[in-house]
Amino acid sequence: MAFISTGYDPSKPMEGRITDIGPRHFEEFYPPVIKKNKGQWAYHEICEAGILMHKAKGGDEVYTVRCGGARLISVTLLREVCDIADKYCGGYVRWTTRNNVEFMVDTLAKAKELKADLNSRKFAGGSFKFPVGGTGAGITNIVHTQGWVHCHTPATDASGTVKVAMDELFEHFTKMDLPAPVRVSMACCLNMCGAVHCSDIAILGYHRKPPIIDNKVLDNICEIPLAVAACPTGAIRPTKTEHEGKTVNTVAIKQDRCMFCGNCYTMCPALPLSDKEGDGLVIMAGGKISNRISRPKFSKVVVAFIPNEPPRWPTLAKVLRQIVTAYAAEANKYERLGDWAERIGWERFFEKTGLEFTSHLIDDFRDPAYYTWRQTTQFKW
Amino acid sequence: MAKHQTPLLDQLESGPWPSFVSDIKQHAEFRHANEGKVEYQIPVDVCDDLLGALELSYVDGETHWKHGGIVGVFGYGGGVIGRYSDSPEKFPGVAHFHTIRINQPAGKYYTTKYLRQLADLWDFRGSGLMNLHGATGDLVCLGTTTPQLEEIFYTLTHDFNTDLGGSGGNLRTPADCLGQSRCEFACYDTQDLCHTLTNDYQDELHRPAFPYKFKFKFDGCPNGCVASIARSDFSVIGTWKDEIKVDQDAVKGYVKGDFKPNAGAHDNPKWGKFDIVKEVIDLCPTKCMSYDGALKINNKECTRCMHCINTMPRALHIGDERGASLFVGAKAPILDGAQMGSLLVPFVPVESPYDEIKEVIEKLWDWWMEEGKNRERIGELIKRQGFPKMLEVTGIKADARHVLEPRSNPYIFWKEEDVPGGWQRDINVYRKKHAL
Repeated sequence: MAFISTGYDPSKPMEGRITDIGPRHFEEFYPPVIKKNKGQWAYHEICEAGILMHKAKGGDEVYTVRCGGARLISVTLLREVCDIADKYCGGYVRWTTRNNVEFMVDTLAKAKELKADLNSRKFAGGSFKFPVGGTGAGITNIVHTQGWVHCHTPATDASGTVKVAMDELFEHFTKMDLPAPVRVSMACCLNMCGAVHCSDIAILGYHRKPPIIDNKVLDNICEIPLAVAACPTGAIRPTKTEHEGKTVNTVAIKQDRCMFCGNCYTMCPALPLSDKEGDGLVIMAGGKISNRISRPKFSKVVVAFIPNEPPRWPTLAKVLRQIVTAYAAEANKYERLGDWAERIGWERFFEKTGLEFTSHLIDDFRDPAYYTWRQTTQFKW
Repeated sequence: MAKHQTPLLDQLESGPWPSFVSDIKQHAEFRHANEGKVEYQIPVDVCDDLLGALELSYVDGETHWKHGGIVGVFGYGGGVIGRYSDSPEKFPGVAHFHTIRINQPAGKYYTTKYLRQLADLWDFRGSGLMNLHGATGDLVCLGTTTPQLEEIFYTLTHDFNTDLGGSGGNLRTPADCLGQSRCEFACYDTQDLCHTLTNDYQDELHRPAFPYKFKFKFDGCPNGCVASIARSDFSVIGTWKDEIKVDQDAVKGYVKGDFKPNAGAHDNPKWGKFDIVKEVIDLCPTKCMSYDGALKINNKECTRCMHCINTMPRALHIGDERGASLFVGAKAPILDGAQMGSLLVPFVPVESPYDEIKEVIEKLWDWWMEEGKNRERIGELIKRQGFPKMLEVTGIKADARHVLEPRSNPYIFWKEEDVPGGWQRDINVYRKKHAL
């Protein structure tokens, strides 16, 4: 494995250096039908699950075949995507915000042929490579974070929990049989690189044990004032302690004030939180982004904790099934999960889903908490 | 024969949803076979060791990546995330496993030629594993070693005409919905705005000068497919001011059942035949519509929720006086709770070179860079100093549209200049009238 240089010379880093050029211009990548009709689209229709048709004012039609997939992909799979796009789509392809792949063709017949081709491709392990779906009133792909695959602060894995969730909910990916779209998101700690806080269903990794203080190294690898300032509840203070016969600078943590956010660990590697028994999942529900009918809203915590149960997280799968089944049976057409919960009342939501309401679900974090308590005689038995 | 036994991960190969484990395994085999005789610049068994390390996390219930690691390319403060294994002796192939964020093209359209170039580069100098795409929008390349970073950057900039994305306390890679390129709802050209601002603010993107991260996202309409109101510090959402355009013949077509309602988004037979009163008129949140053989809309009362347009896209179209609303301050819960973007500018025309939008952005940045604490998002600064302060620094006049309702406490922070006679008073003058 000999090192092969591009010509870059580390002793003269500025020589021939190109910087600040930004991304490639999007127009270079538009398929011809997109370039021609940009801004001139008249309407669209979903022909069947996974196939969309967009009609231009001038009469052109573009048929889009949407397929799901893992966000974490190899270039082997990426090359297969390219082979498919070369064969059917003149060498163009795009991705959606929710990690779906979209192939565009010019007739419904070609779209159906492509759908059949995509659905026929499977991995050696048996799963689909490119399942077609993710449109309309169903469950599309999950946006998520890195988890144990690549992150230093996760409370769970992302790719694994997403695989389990999508296996469980797969029938709703390939059909459009729900009252409205259900957007599922996953973040492996509450840094929420994926910002899941406005999702119909959010799967969130959470720690439950305060940091362990590594007194041996803390003063050498951390700026103590930064670690102290990082704590949103003021639970950390500077102190000195005896370590192996020496007095060392360190921090003390008021453990009953810790909300397990991990912000101190982000600032100070000597304060790790992760723990097999402590870490697990929070399930939130009822958020949305769209302004359709009702305003965007935050997801609410409906299950305070599910233990990490790798590799198949059976309790997670069961809870997701409970929520989606009750929603599918009870909600009105066009009604998002949160709108349904608000219409029937959250007390009824717990009854219908069979989820247990516990004291952990009553907000006690700062001022907004008060506005979530009930100040009316109106409630349901 | 696999290098590491992975009995737990193997259980993620079953089930219908695409298995990332199967994919990594197929790529591990591809690297070992090396039919293309690639002179791999990082260990050939990087994928095997990633699976081994991940299996260990599945056993231990904890991550095996060390905290942080500051690496990057010369002159940039972002775009590369350093990552090191805490068990390099067991998994030498992922001892270094740094991420490179590549700025994606607006709208996420690609040619296969470009993707194949990227795939070849990432095979040669990296693990061959990627995210399409990262949560912020980048093309994410997972797993390479420190000596490769400058080489990859050189190839990206010299041969691919492509730059890195953002990370750390800087402008993060902006992202957009596909907008007018393939959607009739888009009220402005999201791709052009996204691309223009990405290029105009390259310095802010590559060289951290902010208290913390700052994200731009661009949604073409209130449907919000790129989730800007939840996921970006500065959110641009397309809207319009005039009337929804109605094609009454097409409305009749929906009523008669000639066209699929809701653009065909429901395939469950339990919903039955389309009922325009039940499904559109009665669900309108402002009750500004009626139907008596013709559809009537009182546009003055419409709040542009788009339900009627989404339900009958052949018949109803967005108005012609188009622009965007600007929202500020969305963020995930850490630290002080989750926030959505709050409306700052109800309407702005969105026309190149976008000076009106840039003026708002730059005033916000000046304020935040002056007043923001370390790792304080702009949404938290707005909460700390108050929404009226944001109006003051941006020179925007208060408007009833800024709030859902007026305040229910009278604790107004009056300024001295607001009150006749000012605040400097003489206690002796007061005491002449009011004995103690």
